[in-house]
Amino acid sequence: MTQTPILLVLLLALTSAAYYFGCKRAFRVADGKIRKLHSLPGYYGLYVALWAALPALLILCAWLLFQGSIITRMVVSSLPDAIQQLGPDRLNLVVNDIRNLVSGNIVSGEPDAIMLAAADYYRGLLSVSRNMLFAIVLIVAGLSGWYGYSKIRAQHRARNGVESIINWLLVACSTVAILTTVGIVLSVLFESIRFFQSVPITEFLFGLEWSPQIALRADQAGSSGAFGAVPLFAGTLLITFIAMTVAVPIGLMSALYLAEYASARVRAIAKPLLEVLAGIPTVVYGFFAALTVAPFIRESGGFLGLDVASESALAAGLVMGMMIIPFVSSLSDDVINAVPQSLREGAYGMGATSSETIRRVIFPAALPGIVGAILLAVSRAIGETMIVVMAAGLASNLTANPLEAVTTVTVQIVTLLVGDQEFDSPKTLAAFALGLVLFVVTLALNFVALYIVRKYREQYD
Amino acid sequence: MSPQGQAMALKLDGAAGAAHVATVGRDVRETVGEIRVNDPRVRCTDVNVHYGDKHAIKNISLDVGKGEVLAMIGPSGCGKSTFLRCLNRMNDTVRECRVTGEILLDGEDINSRHIDVVPLRARVAMVFQKPNPFPKSIYENVAFGPRIHGLCESKADLDVVVESSLRKANLWDEVKDRLDDVGTGLSGGQQQRLCIARAIAIEPEVILMDEPCSALDPISTAKVEQLIEELRQQFSIVIVTHSMQQAARVSQRTAYFHMGDLIEVSETDRLFIKPRHQLTEDYITGRFG
Amino acid sequence: MTNPGKALPEGATSFARIQAGMAKRRAAERRFKMLGRIAVSVGLLFLSVLLISIVSKGYTAFWQTQMRIDVVLTADEIDPDGTRSAETLRKADYSSLIKQSMRDMFPEVSGRRDKFALYGLVSNGAAFDLRDKVMADPSLIGTKVSLWVPADDDVDMLMKGHIDRNAAEDDRRIKDNVLGWINQLEAEDRLELRFNIDFFTKGDSRDPELAGIRGALMGTIFTLIVTLSLSFPLGVAAAVYLEEFAPKNKWTDLIEVNINNLAAVPSIVFGLLGLAVFINVFGLPRSAPLLGGLVLTLMTLPTIIIASRAALKSVPPSIRDAALGIGASPMQATLYHVIPLALPGMLTGTIIGMAQALGETAPLLMIGMVAFIADVPQGVFDPSTALPVQIYLWADSPERAYVERTSAAIMVLLGFLALMNLVAVLLRKRFERRW
Ligand SMILES: Nc1ncnc2c1ncn2[C@@H]1O[C@H](COP(=O)(O)OP(=O)(O)O)[C@@H](O)[C@H]1O
Ligand SMILES: [Mg+2]
Repeated sequence: MTQTPILLVLLLALTSAAYYFGCKRAFRVADGKIRKLHSLPGYYGLYVALWAALPALLILCAWLLFQGSIITRMVVSSLPDAIQQLGPDRLNLVVNDIRNLVSGNIVSGEPDAIMLAAADYYRGLLSVSRNMLFAIVLIVAGLSGWYGYSKIRAQHRARNGVESIINWLLVACSTVAILTTVGIVLSVLFESIRFFQSVPITEFLFGLEWSPQIALRADQAGSSGAFGAVPLFAGTLLITFIAMTVAVPIGLMSALYLAEYASARVRAIAKPLLEVLAGIPTVVYGFFAALTVAPFIRESGGFLGLDVASESALAAGLVMGMMIIPFVSSLSDDVINAVPQSLREGAYGMGATSSETIRRVIFPAALPGIVGAILLAVSRAIGETMIVVMAAGLASNLTANPLEAVTTVTVQIVTLLVGDQEFDSPKTLAAFALGLVLFVVTLALNFVALYIVRKYREQYD
Repeated sequence: MSPQGQAMALKLDGAAGAAHVATVGRDVRETVGEIRVNDPRVRCTDVNVHYGDKHAIKNISLDVGKGEVLAMIGPSGCGKSTFLRCLNRMNDTVRECRVTGEILLDGEDINSRHIDVVPLRARVAMVFQKPNPFPKSIYENVAFGPRIHGLCESKADLDVVVESSLRKANLWDEVKDRLDDVGTGLSGGQQQRLCIARAIAIEPEVILMDEPCSALDPISTAKVEQLIEELRQQFSIVIVTHSMQQAARVSQRTAYFHMGDLIEVSETDRLFIKPRHQLTEDYITGRFG
Repeated sequence: MTNPGKALPEGATSFARIQAGMAKRRAAERRFKMLGRIAVSVGLLFLSVLLISIVSKGYTAFWQTQMRIDVVLTADEIDPDGTRSAETLRKADYSSLIKQSMRDMFPEVSGRRDKFALYGLVSNGAAFDLRDKVMADPSLIGTKVSLWVPADDDVDMLMKGHIDRNAAEDDRRIKDNVLGWINQLEAEDRLELRFNIDFFTKGDSRDPELAGIRGALMGTIFTLIVTLSLSFPLGVAAAVYLEEFAPKNKWTDLIEVNINNLAAVPSIVFGLLGLAVFINVFGLPRSAPLLGGLVLTLMTLPTIIIASRAALKSVPPSIRDAALGIGASPMQATLYHVIPLALPGMLTGTIIGMAQALGETAPLLMIGMVAFIADVPQGVFDPSTALPVQIYLWADSPERAYVERTSAAIMVLLGFLALMNLVAVLLRKRFERRW
């Protein structure tokens, strides 16, 4: 990898040279009279420079992205059949060992001859690949730069050329967002489908027992763990529900208070302070939930004679609610401010009190928007990870009792995937199936919420 | 003070008929005409309004009689709305707005500390420039006031109030079959009459109207004007309008505002036929506007 | 005018009714207002409880109990051959020297278990400190040096009052005999709370008293450098295209809806993407800041695009018209006139996106930035953690001493976040423009 910076510097030098020669040629074809040129000389330089840089960069990125997996595949196919037959989990370990050998890290156990040979082969391929990349990138840059250079004439529309290249670059950048979505969909969908080949989708969606750990044991077939996700869904909903019971009333009431009652000074202080809650990383909330709130609830529960789990759903939900308060309040605030002033005046003009105006006019008028805001908040709560990972625990209880420990979809995704996992076991694939559910549900919620909010705004525009 | 002014003071309160002399600020103009009436519903004395540093209403004194329609005209930005909104303390809702002076409603100072704006606004209701029905049903729009003020004990009572208010607003026949439709679905003119119905459902003493017809077409305007004429029997009405014709058609007295000053108040006929102040004359002859 | 019956009350009666109802309505008004006040106060209360609990738990971590020990640097132990070569000095058994010095301080201690407990008073890191000292100045060999070394975390906790000296022996992590030694050390002024430099200069450690945030901090910095250098250009370019050049059609609508939805996708899903695509398909190195940066780029991109578009939107069309009117191409108008004006807004959005990335943990767990890594990473390819992940890891550790370190790391994290937000606010204030 250390060669890449050198390559980049060389490419940069080449590009600068392309710029220089482009400008020079533009002068030459115009006999030094800039007026004869269609565009300013700088554009000709830029045109050539872009031609020199872009194709080479593209190849460079693609090469770097794929070189690892291609080399790995080649190395694997060079391994003795006995190892290739190992099955994906073990093979992965072997590959990891080889990689570690290559990068000079400590390997588990003494490396045997086969491994050393494979590592040598890997190293060899890597250096061949790097040298090839070096050569190809520079050659491509030179050729395509020459192509751009050769196109320069006095009447050549360099500015338009440059602009259309930039335009295409911009288009490419804006599609990154689409590609991300596609990537998300494909990755979770692909792995989920593999998961559903070993665990029926109905069992996953409707099964009441979740104990993926069983599948870890080597003497058992992969699918013998229980992958009924209903307890996870129930746990997620329970915690979300608790969070919303905290966040919605407090968030909504503070938004209404700050928008309709508070003096400018109180608003200027309280609003940003509340929003600080939204800026605090969730891992901090998780720590707070696990070390402060959960013990507190447990002790006060014990004081009242209640049996509270040390990782109760209540603690996680409460803290999550805290985190979501500013989310609800600032979204509601936007929505409330979008209610036209004329409606307020209409109510005040007939002698309604502030609370009557709020409850009977503003709130009903803002309701769709508020519902949208709450849906967004729910989606946020469902997808929240760190708080529940740190405070909600792993016990998959099917319960509605907030004092018991429950687990959630996100907690399970993290537990299943953190650590050195074999990638193809049903256990890890299950995480992707859960990810798929999470993605679909939050996406649907966001979609509906954003639609409602947009319709709401259009109503008052 | 003009001699005609005194001669005209037939039904006018003699003492108050005198031109009002500025007491605050050097740039304040005297008001010409009859600012006072006998037996006023509202009596304003030395009202000043500031928006922050901006002096929007300068020392205005003016009466609103019982059963009369008082029109307020003047170039835009001269303070008509601001003054109108003083009469039911709507300016309370504007943060930087400061109102001083005395405004008596039936002899009681509405700016005094112990006056609650809520019953005050129930007595002095307001209709706005842009029709602003609530996004609820027609029925609920009209029932809003009686409901919040607890004016009706039963649903039957409420039905009666809603019907009579809609009738008074000349809207009943057009909406009686669709009382449950949303008010915002009506046409502009109907919406404005709905807002008027909403206001009269609480039986106020004074109705303030801020350019109620500026967003309406001529036919709807005519209907609202006819309505105003009818409502005069029961309520005092103060109407801001940018149309001099409208002022002439609907009002008994007219006040002309100019840059925060009340320039002239007269009986409407007189003001338009024989304005006493140069500025009034310039305005009604269309030299500026 | 029709007047159906005598349904309407006369003005006077209606006014009387309104007056009669006022007391109740005023009470309702007060109640409602009170509810609002309570809501705001509860929100603020939450915030203060959170911050107070973190600060009160964490501020002690900025001090660390150090112990003064007198070590005889016997030449036989360190460098029997007298070569003084760096290699020999490095490999010498300094911990036995320290043990010896402990035995010298408490000659009465005997028995394996007691001795073990005695050695346990000093941190494992003491040997390294001693080694560094000797290697820096080999002439010390043969002399008796007195130096301050970190005490064990249990001693530290006792000194900071987290272990109750008066609790029954069975409930106490530090037994009576050890407590006696500590009291003696205190009486001899050998124990002292000193500023905890190690916390800022060292990587993670299995020993709480040696654990620092430097490694995590560097990991975070490398990650954010990758994120920033990718997401800012990408985000701005996408925003410029969508706001200035894109035709209004189904495709751009789709992109728009997609970006808005992406902004609300749970962060952990981006972690899944990183795992499945960047690691498994492209074979990028696990646990590396490069990978973390890529994942966080995708995650923050929507935020930056949305903010940048808002910034572009707020540039009035007259600016574009003016540029176009004197013959600039749309691209020139955008590059030279619109973007410079929108830049502060775009930067603000980017800083907010970076703050988001700084605090993000879940996706990093997915891509393996969660291992125990003691070394401070030197580049974007080295395995590393990030500050929030370090917080997560420490929060999970059972030792009491990690609690204060976790809280202190949180304080550092929040400090950085506050700084970034402050910059964003100042930027906004400084360049805020009303057209
Ligand atoms: N909310 C406000 N804040 C500051 N100034 C205002 C406000 N409302 C009105 N003004 C100012 O007060 C003056 C009178 O306004 P207004 O009463 O609305 O005039 P009119 O209704 O006669 O057109 C205007 O110059 C206007 O700029
Ligand atoms: Mg007006």
